[in-house]
Amino acid sequence: MNKILSIKNLKKIYHTKQGETLAVDNFSFNLLDGEFVAIVGPSGCGKSTILSILCGLEKKSDGEIKIRDNCKIGYMLQQDSLFNWRTILRNCLLGIEITEDLNDENKQHVINLLETYGLKDFINSYPQNLSGGMRQRVALIRTLATKPDILLLDEPFSALDYQSRLAVSDDVYRIIKSEHKSVIMVTHDIAEAISMADRIIVMTKRPGTIKNIYNIELTNKSTPIENRKAKEFAHYYELIWKDLDFHV
Amino acid sequence: MYSEEHKKYLKKIRINNFLVRLTQLSIIIFLLLLWQLLADFTIINTFITSSPKDIIKTLINLHNTNNLYQHIGITIYETIISFSLGTFIGFLVATILWWNRFLARVIDPYLTILNSLPKVALGPIIIIWAGANMKSIIIMALLISVIVTIITIYQGFTETDPNKIKLMQSFRANKKQIYLKLLLPSSFSNIISSLKINISMTLIGVVMGEFLVSKKGIGYLIMYGSQVFNLNLVITGIFILCVVSAIMYYIVAYIENKLLNK
Ligand SMILES: Nc1ncnc2c1ncn2[C@@H]1O[C@H](COP(=O)(O)OP(=O)(O)OP(=O)(O)O)[C@@H](O)[C@H]1O
Ligand SMILES: [Mg+2]
Repeated sequence: MNKILSIKNLKKIYHTKQGETLAVDNFSFNLLDGEFVAIVGPSGCGKSTILSILCGLEKKSDGEIKIRDNCKIGYMLQQDSLFNWRTILRNCLLGIEITEDLNDENKQHVINLLETYGLKDFINSYPQNLSGGMRQRVALIRTLATKPDILLLDEPFSALDYQSRLAVSDDVYRIIKSEHKSVIMVTHDIAEAISMADRIIVMTKRPGTIKNIYNIELTNKSTPIENRKAKEFAHYYELIWKDLDFHV
Repeated sequence: MYSEEHKKYLKKIRINNFLVRLTQLSIIIFLLLLWQLLADFTIINTFITSSPKDIIKTLINLHNTNNLYQHIGITIYETIISFSLGTFIGFLVATILWWNRFLARVIDPYLTILNSLPKVALGPIIIIWAGANMKSIIIMALLISVIVTIITIYQGFTETDPNKIKLMQSFRANKKQIYLKLLLPSSFSNIISSLKINISMTLIGVVMGEFLVSKKGIGYLIMYGSQVFNLNLVITGIFILCVVSAIMYYIVAYIENKLLNK
């Protein structure tokens, strides 16, 4: 398969008055077309930093990032940050308004996405009237509206309770797969990572580098909820758990 | 349509509201009556305390000599001019300060000092510079309202949710887009409520200005009354001021309500 994104020896130092923090060091990997990669690691190891650099919100200190020509990146932040003075539809149009790509065709695309993914009745509602899971789906569609080729997800489900988390991760997975996106997802949740990803990158604690990379091969791979029943699941869980358990 | 219980509940609320209003009204009527009675039995000296009847007489007198509406009109006119100017300038400066962090940091201590300075102290200078006319009054009122307006609106801007700003940046929004699509709408309610403070501040400034320079307006009426020791005129002036400021406040509050609940 083809590389859509390649990162080589990425390094990030944050400078503050208190001093400097080496957040990420020597981080390299390639994202393939249509691949779903999850990044897990202890808190503060630089996961969000990596996504922010990829999206251009932060500058890298060193290293090389190559993105295939004409590839767009979409970033779904941890907080849904829906604007409560805009309707759901207008929230979803925010990105293309900013890039000045708002036309009938793109608008119809967004409406279709909303209809396909179960938000048809809420197009003209305001975010206050939506459940947490629905809001998360709206946030995803807002990101998809700009037609990105690579999706960056930063703990997309952490604001949800366990039940909706399972359901919404299923929904989101379905949406992403049917839109054929390549994904990098950051999560704290090992089970979530195994159930969704093709590959999992485990990071060390700060300064974050790569500790291990696992190719996740499950028998009868299907939706995230079903994948949790695969017999290899526990095995991967064990491996990653050991990687993350720094006290041993 | 509603259940019996809900009807009872609604009725209870209505009765409660009515009782509050009734008590409010009774208090003012009681106080006015007491005042009048004390005056009638000459327990208090109406030469310094005036009385409700005298106030009404003075009002009628002002009405007959056609002065009343001129004074009220002038004060309202000055207030509206200063209020609009204050809001506009406050808004503009707050925007510039948000746009330019460096400038904001430079200006910060000056704003704080200006804000804590009793503006009336500047009165004499203003009169010398701008002349003993309406200009001085408007400048006075502006000074009093504009600093607060700048500070409240600017604060609203800086308190915008950083995650929302990050979201805008992730779509590569420029500063203008962040301002128009995020800052303005998210601090809308904050801006509107700053108007409510602003209108009262402006009226204070106008009356203070009228104390110092004018030949017309409610502030002048009060000042003139005290100079010729006509306490009827002074208290009538205060009474008119109460009514005018209440009406202005309710108009702004009404507009606020309309705008916020569109
Ligand atoms: N803007 C910043 N300025 C200075 N230091 C920062 C900044 N952002 C992050 N850091 C530091 O860089 C390190 C990595 O932060 P980052 O947010 O990327 O971690 P994370 O892996 O996403 O953590 P979490 O799992 O808690 O979200 C942390 O030690 C953090 O304190
Ligand atoms: Mg993070």
